[in-house]
Amino acid sequence: MRGISELRNSERELRLFQLRVGIAAIAVFVAFGLLAARFFYLQVVQHDIYSAKAEENRISIVPVAPNRGLVLDRNGVVIARNYSGYTLEIFPRRVNDVESTIDELSGLIDIQPRDRARFRKLVAETRNAESLPIRSRLSDEEVAKFAANRYRFEGVEIKARLFRQYPFGDAGAHVIGYMGRITQADQARLEEEGRYANYRGSDFTGKSGIEASYERELHGTTGFEQVEIDAAGRGIRTLSRTPSQPGNNVTLTLDMRLQQVAEIGFGARRGALVAIEPSSGGVLALVSTPGFDPNLFVDGIDPQYWAELNSSPDRPLNNRAIAGVYPPGSTFKPYMALAALEAGKRRYSSTIHDPGYFEFGGRRFRDSKKGGNGIVDLYRSIVVSSDTYYYMVANDLGIDAIASFMKHFGFGARTGIDLHGEAPGVLPSQEWKRQRFRRPEQQKWYAGETISIGIGQGYNAYTPIQLAQAVATLAAGGDMYRPRLVAHVDNARTGERRYLDPELAHQVPVRSEYLEFVKRAMAGVNKEGTGARAFAGATYTSGGKTGTAQVIGIKQGEKYIESKVEERLRDHSLFIAFAPLESPKIALAVIVENSGFGARAAAPLARTVLDYFLLGKVPASMEQPVPEDDDAEEAEND
Amino acid sequence: MELARLPLRHIAARFAEGIDSTLLVLILALSMLGLAALFSATYDNPGRLASQLANLGLALAAMWLVAQIPPQTMMRFAVPAYAVGLALLIAVALFGDVVNGARRWLNIGVGRFQPAEMLKLALPLMLAWYFHKNESTLRLRDFAIAALLLALPVALILRQPDLGTAALVAAVGFYVIFFAGISWKVLGVLGALGAAALPLAWGFLHDYQRRRILTLLDPTQDPLGAGYHIIQSTIAVGSGGLSGKGWLNGTQAHLEFIPERHTDFIFAVYSEEFGLIGNLALLALYTLLVARGLMIAANAATVFGRLLAGAVALMFFTYAFVNMGMVSGILPVVGVPLPFLSYGGTALLTLFIGTGILMSIQRYRKLVQS
Repeated sequence: MRGISELRNSERELRLFQLRVGIAAIAVFVAFGLLAARFFYLQVVQHDIYSAKAEENRISIVPVAPNRGLVLDRNGVVIARNYSGYTLEIFPRRVNDVESTIDELSGLIDIQPRDRARFRKLVAETRNAESLPIRSRLSDEEVAKFAANRYRFEGVEIKARLFRQYPFGDAGAHVIGYMGRITQADQARLEEEGRYANYRGSDFTGKSGIEASYERELHGTTGFEQVEIDAAGRGIRTLSRTPSQPGNNVTLTLDMRLQQVAEIGFGARRGALVAIEPSSGGVLALVSTPGFDPNLFVDGIDPQYWAELNSSPDRPLNNRAIAGVYPPGSTFKPYMALAALEAGKRRYSSTIHDPGYFEFGGRRFRDSKKGGNGIVDLYRSIVVSSDTYYYMVANDLGIDAIASFMKHFGFGARTGIDLHGEAPGVLPSQEWKRQRFRRPEQQKWYAGETISIGIGQGYNAYTPIQLAQAVATLAAGGDMYRPRLVAHVDNARTGERRYLDPELAHQVPVRSEYLEFVKRAMAGVNKEGTGARAFAGATYTSGGKTGTAQVIGIKQGEKYIESKVEERLRDHSLFIAFAPLESPKIALAVIVENSGFGARAAAPLARTVLDYFLLGKVPASMEQPVPEDDDAEEAEND
Repeated sequence: MELARLPLRHIAARFAEGIDSTLLVLILALSMLGLAALFSATYDNPGRLASQLANLGLALAAMWLVAQIPPQTMMRFAVPAYAVGLALLIAVALFGDVVNGARRWLNIGVGRFQPAEMLKLALPLMLAWYFHKNESTLRLRDFAIAALLLALPVALILRQPDLGTAALVAAVGFYVIFFAGISWKVLGVLGALGAAALPLAWGFLHDYQRRRILTLLDPTQDPLGAGYHIIQSTIAVGSGGLSGKGWLNGTQAHLEFIPERHTDFIFAVYSEEFGLIGNLALLALYTLLVARGLMIAANAATVFGRLLAGAVALMFFTYAFVNMGMVSGILPVVGVPLPFLSYGGTALLTLFIGTGILMSIQRYRKLVQS
């Protein structure tokens, strides 16, 4: 009995168990079915999406930075090129403690405090860079040393990079400009212009000079490589390659030797010189001193040097040739003579007796020549640089007639030279004064203010490039070409050359007879006038005009005594010139700051430049200061 | 000739004795697929493959040995194995080595091992023995005791913490209790209580465990952290497509986008290279394996055999389901290997011993028929 019930019991249990096994089997089937459905969804329905994601995962687009184009001078001399060098770079995102990593590195490789300072500056101002250099220009020995210890430094690598190099150092620095890292501001600008994609592989961009204004030509087109990468971002193999297109080579109109001759001529003095080919507007030399060494900007400038450049009272970063404004002084007189002739206010024979001053409204305007120049006609007014003559001319013409005439020569307007940062200067007129000042009594133009405008003082303020453009226009018979630095642009790969044609910006409506007369008078300046001493013995014909620009106003009845005036408040020395007389090949304007009479500093410098350009004469001892000639009565009369 | 051949055949027959050929073919097929995937996953590290082959050899030997042990004898190991396992878990809690923030390993001089692994078989053995012993007088009280036997090791494993293993051990223990015939009413009540306790359990979870669960719900929240595993393995599976990228051609695997690609995530490698067709083949193999196990359970001679075989069969299922669900992004990331495919000696040993147990139960199915 008991056995049977037990048997029945165990049979019941077995059935119960088998039912549960069945339930379990169904559960297993459902669960695996669920998985199968999930696989179908992922692998068939969403296959395309995941396939694309896998490709995206494994393929990285690596930009290939293009080689930057070269900059050459008019004779094909290379003035900006690239060199490849090793840099030690830190990947900030892969390094936990940058400072202690640098400490460790400095045990291996020479890292100066200024390298650290520069690195910090880079970190602060650079866009989201992958890596930043702590040291550049590593020696082979340093490269080997680091390579042997590489395992110790995660997130630090040696990279071979192309750097910009300027073989002439600080010569022509303001023309060539310099390169710098792409800052956040640069990035924003590039994005706005829709050019940022082309900079994905680039760390640097032109910051000033030709490097900046011809950035589009020089930069080139970034290439791309499709690289298969692993999860750690390491490249495994290249799948496809679109090569980069190197930047175009830019050939300047500039003559680098002439540039050097001019710069050496300045020595330690501050100033600017612009030499232009009158028939085309091509700039032959463009000097601003003091300069700087653009090579120091290449791998991030050391903050201390940067601060020095910025805080120096000499303002070496300022391009005086296009951004410095100066009164033209007596170099303004030839144009005043033209204005008077064209307006019919003077004839060649118009003669005055110069007592050494001009009285107007009870005020005495003094001539720089004590006692005056005696009998002065229009020709002599330029040759001996008579102030009294031009006080009168200005008074007769009136300010607005002067202004509207001078506009034709480009005074007070940007020339449009192919450099950034040009200043407009000031061509004074009644209209200008109304807009310049706010108070009604200041807005009014006083007739007395016109008088000193005639000798290039007063509100007159022009850039050296404007002075050079004006004299080039005069030399070219009234044809004004837009000054430019670039002659042609070449595609380095195809050899295709694109000339930048001279651009005739304006033709001055003045009778050529008058122009010829003024040119003859300027030739007289160099033969028998204020420039005669500087141009003694010249084997070519030339025209010139000296100028002296007051830095401080001299009170009435007070005499300007140079030795009593603080150095930086002394007069600027100016000179404009062109040569040869008949068919001018070169026209130039020179300003030497705080160096007194134009005949003394600027004219000899102009002579040196012309001698080199026309005769190939290299100055023997340029470093020596130009001799002082206080005894030259003639020369002092400016 | 005859003389030489006879003993050889005899020896072969002796070795084949007790080996269930269906199970053997299935697990060997799975192991071959595993070796293929492992070869691809450890392309740059051939040492792994060699060591997995050694593991396989060892595991096969262990399986053969276990298959020779009659279930009656196995029952005698139930209590000691459970007791030792529990003792080792307590030892781990007291002196275990901490690896990756979890105290799971016990250093036994020659090497380290995870006692939790042992419980995967020791617990069902213990429970099956308990129910077998009380076969004729089963009451609710027995189920309560069984639950306690289950809860003890699970709690210790949870404390390590090792959510994955704890869940697996709990699942295997539960299968025994389920097959033992716990009433649906009790199950329903327990289920309701468990659901109510979920928020409470959330409070006991470690941060990383919570993150894994949250990550499953939205992997994009932390694509480079906790979500990375799921995102990358899902991409691998999805990009495999219908027929896969071909053996050794998986980009996700070979470019190291798949983490743990030779262990817990080997399914991503397999799936990327063999596609949906490969996946369905794998599912079919597992289904057959589990079905064979359940069949053995249904035909087992004793309650002990039934419960143990059923639990082992469902353990295979649970391993496979949890692992593939995790890799394809429908279950949270827990450390569960893909049975017979993932690299690793311990897991392989457990699985092959489990298979050996099934074989033994199958072999002795008729002997106690009376």
